[in-house]
Amino acid sequence: MNKNLVLLAAVAAVAVGVAQFAYADPVSDKLVIDGKEMITRAPAPEGHPFKEVLSGWLFREPETRALEADSFANPGMLYVERGEEIWNTVDGAKGKSCASCHNDASETMKDVGAHYPKWDAETKRPINIELQIDKCRTEQMGAEAYKFDAADQKALTTYIKYQSFGTPVKLDLAKGDMQSWWDRGKKEYYTRTGQLNLACASCHEASMGRHIRADHLSQGQANGFPTYRLKQADMVSLHNRMRGCIRDTRAEMPKAFSDELMALEVYVTWRGTGLSVETPAVRQ
Amino acid sequence: MQSGIAVVVAVSVSMLAGAAWAEDIAPGDVEFADGAVSAALTGKPGDAAEGAKVFVDRKLGNCLACHEVSALKKQLFHGNVGPSLDGAGTRWEPAQLRAIVTDSKKVFGPETVMPGFYSLNVGVNVRKDLVGKTILTAQQVEDVVAYLETLKE
Ligand code: HEC
Ligand code: HEC
Ligand code: HEC
Repeated sequence: MNKNLVLLAAVAAVAVGVAQFAYADPVSDKLVIDGKEMITRAPAPEGHPFKEVLSGWLFREPETRALEADSFANPGMLYVERGEEIWNTVDGAKGKSCASCHNDASETMKDVGAHYPKWDAETKRPINIELQIDKCRTEQMGAEAYKFDAADQKALTTYIKYQSFGTPVKLDLAKGDMQSWWDRGKKEYYTRTGQLNLACASCHEASMGRHIRADHLSQGQANGFPTYRLKQADMVSLHNRMRGCIRDTRAEMPKAFSDELMALEVYVTWRGTGLSVETPAVRQ
Repeated sequence: MQSGIAVVVAVSVSMLAGAAWAEDIAPGDVEFADGAVSAALTGKPGDAAEGAKVFVDRKLGNCLACHEVSALKKQLFHGNVGPSLDGAGTRWEPAQLRAIVTDSKKVFGPETVMPGFYSLNVGVNVRKDLVGKTILTAQQVEDVVAYLETLKE
């Protein structure tokens, strides 16, 4: 008979729940790596649903956080080293390495990755680091494009992103049609997919800070990619991660570098504006 | 002799299957009124013990992904995307629980994160082998509802 009252009480309990689950809050620690303080909290850009953007690092378990904070222990650093080897290795018909044209990556690639994806006037679509590597390999070196998630693709991407270590993420949406790709990415972000009928926003916005099973839901930021995932004991690319999230809604997965995932990369990266590039971040 | 037995078995199996089909209400035909579904989805009453299995099974209800239940402390990793279900059987009438599990959007509104477990109102690009299929069968919904009714305050 009093079901309506009970319903109201239940709704209130849900609202209070946000504050109640103290263990679900992101931590307030500082992330300092090799003496450099990372920006793990930043004021959100205009038009963002949150007031503050938060690095996924703040949501991880203490051991996972410690592993990222210690660059000697972080297994992702091996991929940075491997990336440097590839950078200096000749490949393809033209007998060139990346270094043949770009010399010392610590100078020529410094802060470059923090501003990707960028507008690519030639293909008239956004380009990310993986696709830019392929572009140089095919057009400049006479080498083949990498297969998606080839170990060398991940290592080289990690190496280039690492040259922006600590630099705040910032995209230039004024170039070309970047704004319309951002618009499309936003649409995808709020579109529910699969039999479970969930959107990115269902988990990373509406349920941010809560636990889904054992996983503490973060804002789903891209600033740490490629990230070292303990579960897979391997580096994981952003497109791999997004495909996995979509698969978990029991939907068909879009192809890596498809329009859908490139638009999402633009939008998701923008949602992390101001956070330090943390590559290679460590996640569970 | 032998073929006679085979025929009898075949007939009784098809009768069972036929009976289940005839009495299940199809996902599109479930009637919601005031956040409740008063008619049972099947002719067979829900079985709380079966419901508990469906509830915890990660491939079926996977309800613990988003809900805590004190009575299931032995199971690892209860999520908290939704509220604790302790006392859900006291807070809600069976018909309301049936509505929540069948299609939570009809009760909580379109924005809820909770999936509809016996609904074809789903997201885009559903995995090919799941097109036209619901997460749970009508009987599994009845079983889960019977289990939820045991969660008294
Ligand atoms: C023959 C010279 C040449 C080689 C070899 C070469 N590149 Fe490039 N690279 C260029 C040129 C020219 C550009 C700028 C035009 C463009 O975007 O293609 C460029 C642009 C880039 C950019 C974008 C820089 C920015 O500021 O946005 C990255 C990243 C890059 N290259 C990475 C690589 C990598 C990694 C390799 C090795 C796999 C490589 N390049 C090999 C000539 C080369
Ligand atoms: C069913 C819930 C769910 C949905 C829907 C979902 N994700 Fe995730 N996602 C997770 C979980 C769980 C993790 C790992 C824990 C965390 O960081 O939140 C994760 C992690 C991520 C990460 C890595 C965060 C980091 O710090 O390394 C990114 C990026 C991401 N998701 C993007 C997306 C995008 C884009 C979508 C939509 C296409 C999406 N997710 C949809 C559950 C979800
Ligand atoms: C992806 C997360 C998710 C899953 C999986 C899920 N739920 Fe929920 N559930 C929610 C949310 C969120 C609410 C709160 C309703 C709202 O306001 O949106 C909820 C509310 C409920 C309620 C009402 C709670 C109360 O007492 O006020 C019941 C009952 C319930 N769920 C049962 C179930 C059952 C049974 C299952 C498994 C068959 C299940 N849920 C699976 C997210 C989920």
